[in-house]
Amino acid sequence: MTAAISVVSVHHAFGSFVALERVDLEIAAGEFIVLLGPSGCGKTTLLSILGGFLTPTRGRVLFGDRDMTQVAPKDRPTTTMFQDYALFPHMSLLDNVGFGLRMRGQGRAMRHAKALEMLAMVGLEGKASARPHELSGGQRQRVALARALAVDPKVLLLDEPLGALDLKLRRQMQEELKAIQRRIGTTFVHVTHDQEEAMAVADRIVVMNHGRIEDIGPPQDIYLRPASLFSANFMGEINMIPASAQGGGVQTPLGPVALPPLGDGAQTLCIRPENLGLSGEIALGEARLTDAAFFGTHHRCHFTPTAAPDLTLIAHLPQGGHPELGSLHQLYASSAVLLPQEETPV
Amino acid sequence: MGRVLIWGYMTVLYGFIFLPVAVLVLFSFQDSRLPVPPFNGPSLKWYGQVLGDSDLMAALGNSFLVALVSSAVALLLGFLAAHALARYRLPGSVLMRGVLIAPMTVSYLIIALGLLTVFNKIGLPPSLLATGIGHVVINLPLCFAILYAAMGDQQKNAERAARDLGASEVRVLWLVSAPMLMAPLLAAFFLSVTFSWDEFIIAFLLTRFEVTLPVEIWSMLRSGLSPKTNAIGSLVFLVSVALLIVLDLVVFRKSRR
Repeated sequence: MTAAISVVSVHHAFGSFVALERVDLEIAAGEFIVLLGPSGCGKTTLLSILGGFLTPTRGRVLFGDRDMTQVAPKDRPTTTMFQDYALFPHMSLLDNVGFGLRMRGQGRAMRHAKALEMLAMVGLEGKASARPHELSGGQRQRVALARALAVDPKVLLLDEPLGALDLKLRRQMQEELKAIQRRIGTTFVHVTHDQEEAMAVADRIVVMNHGRIEDIGPPQDIYLRPASLFSANFMGEINMIPASAQGGGVQTPLGPVALPPLGDGAQTLCIRPENLGLSGEIALGEARLTDAAFFGTHHRCHFTPTAAPDLTLIAHLPQGGHPELGSLHQLYASSAVLLPQEETPV
Repeated sequence: MGRVLIWGYMTVLYGFIFLPVAVLVLFSFQDSRLPVPPFNGPSLKWYGQVLGDSDLMAALGNSFLVALVSSAVALLLGFLAAHALARYRLPGSVLMRGVLIAPMTVSYLIIALGLLTVFNKIGLPPSLLATGIGHVVINLPLCFAILYAAMGDQQKNAERAARDLGASEVRVLWLVSAPMLMAPLLAAFFLSVTFSWDEFIIAFLLTRFEVTLPVEIWSMLRSGLSPKTNAIGSLVFLVSVALLIVLDLVVFRKSRR
């Protein structure tokens, strides 16, 4: 029922603005893919090209081995869950969810049965005759999901579907989306700018920036072993320490670091705040605790290394308590990565 | 003091607007042969005459026919034009919008003269059809303007969703766009019907044997004042008011919800 997707060197420009620059992407059948990036990175453009709302300037889109580049949205095996839900306000939920089946020429009894089944799947079976304006935001979102899935699409496209929901509801819907995707096995392509949402639902995350794919891989890889500084930075807070490599050793302002270098020249040592602390695999020398705040799950501490007093390192120390302000400590890092130098991250 | 002034002003204002209508309606119940004071009556005999006048009744039917058909055509064309210009980037769309609205700024007399010339040229004789076309010309800009203003992003997104779910363009229009625009569609339709119903100059110049009600009333007036014209005038007024009330009840109640 599901289909693999191949995006083959797709290029798209709006006038002189290049939205996508030679994007290549393979999506396996049944995969939950998240396109992640800041606004203007091209993720929504890519989704629109998959849905058929845009025809790329150059390049091809294949579903399985069928070329879909020129096929209109209505003839594609995709459906979309829109950010603003785009429910039909003049129809009952039953008719909303059954709309796609009606367009496919299914009889009333059949499509009502299927629509009820889909409404039951999203926990709204009791509201079949309600109108969209009677529902809360989360319920509308569920109806939009049921409507998109009612036609058994091969690929479901989700355009920032949870953007309008509050945090708690968003977490809940993320879990539901993931659970539903696992159950029905349809390929999901989900667009978001929220890296936590991406990690919560994705099998693989595609990090995009300026119309290009920066990084691609399972959430854990992207978070712990990002391919670029942009990706490292976008996935969450990270300490970046300038480094340089020469003759197989890595030198930083904090002293030499026991990591295999990427080659000679300037590079950046990246360490997540939670991987920086008073114990670990890589010694970073002595540092002074200058500031600390309690964040619930951790203490957020600012350290100033003795060797490089103009650097500030951020460490998340466990809840138990933090040392006295102004005291000196030996800092250690784990899961540190070296990344090639790029333009300074924003 | 201020309140008195306001109430006084309102009384004068509404008196100015409605006094002629009130006088017209009052003297339609006149018992004697002239609709001038003193009033003696009331009597329904002129209404009886109106309803018994086959020419008047035929004109009434013609008016309804022209109003309903021309409004429906104007509505359909206006809706399609508004949808196209609101949804698609077309070359010269600003110019097209201007041209569509332009007839609103031209007097009915000029439109009627233009149509008369064109119809003469192509051999379409003055008729209800010619008048109907004239009424489409004057009501199309109105329908277009109302519907174009009503097409918002909400409809646009719903249309996109419908297409995504497999709806053809015709079904998008019929099942999503039109029902979502029901209130402005009804408003445009009823306003068009009202305008067509009252329209005189175009109907006068573009009809010959079968005429609409305003033209028939005009020819009655030529033979002098009679409470019968007051009676038919009152009926026309009643229909217009009824249309406006229906419009208010159906459309504005609905859109307020």
